[in-house]
Amino acid sequence: MEPLKIADEIKEQFPDEVLDIREFRGQVAVTVKKARIVELCRYLHDEPSLFFDFPADLFGIDYLGKKENRFAVAYNLYSIRHRHRIVLKAEVAEASPVIDSVLPVWAGVNWHERECFDLFGITFTGHPDLRRILLPEGWEGYPLRKDYPLKGPGPDQEWPGFVDVLDRAEQYKKYEWHG
Amino acid sequence: MGLITSPTALSLVEAEEGTKILAPNIVITSFDKVINWARVSSLWPMTFGLACCAIEMMAVYASHNDLDRMGIIPRGSPRQSDFMFVAGTVTKKMSEVVRRVYDQMPEPRYVISVGSCANSGGIFNTYSTVQGCDTFLPVDVYIPGCPPRPEAFIEGIIKLQEKMMREQFHWSRWR
Repeated sequence: MEPLKIADEIKEQFPDEVLDIREFRGQVAVTVKKARIVELCRYLHDEPSLFFDFPADLFGIDYLGKKENRFAVAYNLYSIRHRHRIVLKAEVAEASPVIDSVLPVWAGVNWHERECFDLFGITFTGHPDLRRILLPEGWEGYPLRKDYPLKGPGPDQEWPGFVDVLDRAEQYKKYEWHG
Repeated sequence: MGLITSPTALSLVEAEEGTKILAPNIVITSFDKVINWARVSSLWPMTFGLACCAIEMMAVYASHNDLDRMGIIPRGSPRQSDFMFVAGTVTKKMSEVVRRVYDQMPEPRYVISVGSCANSGGIFNTYSTVQGCDTFLPVDVYIPGCPPRPEAFIEGIIKLQEKMMREQFHWSRWR
């Protein structure tokens, strides 16, 4: 199916949810509200003419200072049977960065949602194991947010694990073997 | 290496009637030199591949460049290795593991830092990357490059061998 037609069908099925439909070079992105995201994904997955069985990607977006709702969660969906794809963007406000997990629809988004939580700080309700996946436990802050300093929060707010490594290196220096 | 061979090394002497044996060969050197020579001829690295430099490291081990001919055989265990390649980007999360592996190695131990990232953080001046593995490890040889060519690897190992050959007063008193 043509991507614009898919977008129309989504709008027909969920007229109050769809905020915006955009096409760029043959790729169509549908911006939706986050409230009924699981229901919407379930429809995209189950409807035989759409049949989006493959969640190619899931990631967060930070529109700091560009949009009213700061965050968005993007779903890149693909249908292996019909060979069509669509991008779904669910807007998430900064005040409550929470969205429902689409894990009941696609089991494969488990780690993607964890990554999104890890780097953007968006909480996925209903996720069974929502903890950091790339950064170590005990890391403060969400590095892919636009207001996170690129070189880290500074030497006095270093991650305790690395401070520990530096301390140990200093402490073991006296045992070093000098040839 | 101070090898002194007797001038009659290859001459034959008659031990008893009809039996000729080689004359005694004499090698005079110091313990330091012999032991250091033995050590540099059989270096076992702890392979520590962290990023793309590890791919280059594999290429050096493989048959084209063949580190085996220098007596260098990759050792998967820190307990039985002589030096460590830190090949690739060291993240803060990984630095803990790198340091622990180094601490498990028996002395004497050496570290070769491979590539821009391990030397200085390279292009990754970011929140997650250690700005040079020498911040928490005593590095002996730095190999520049992104990633270094196999020739650079071999040069780095030769530099380490030269450094080890210069060690004195450790295996015996100087004489």
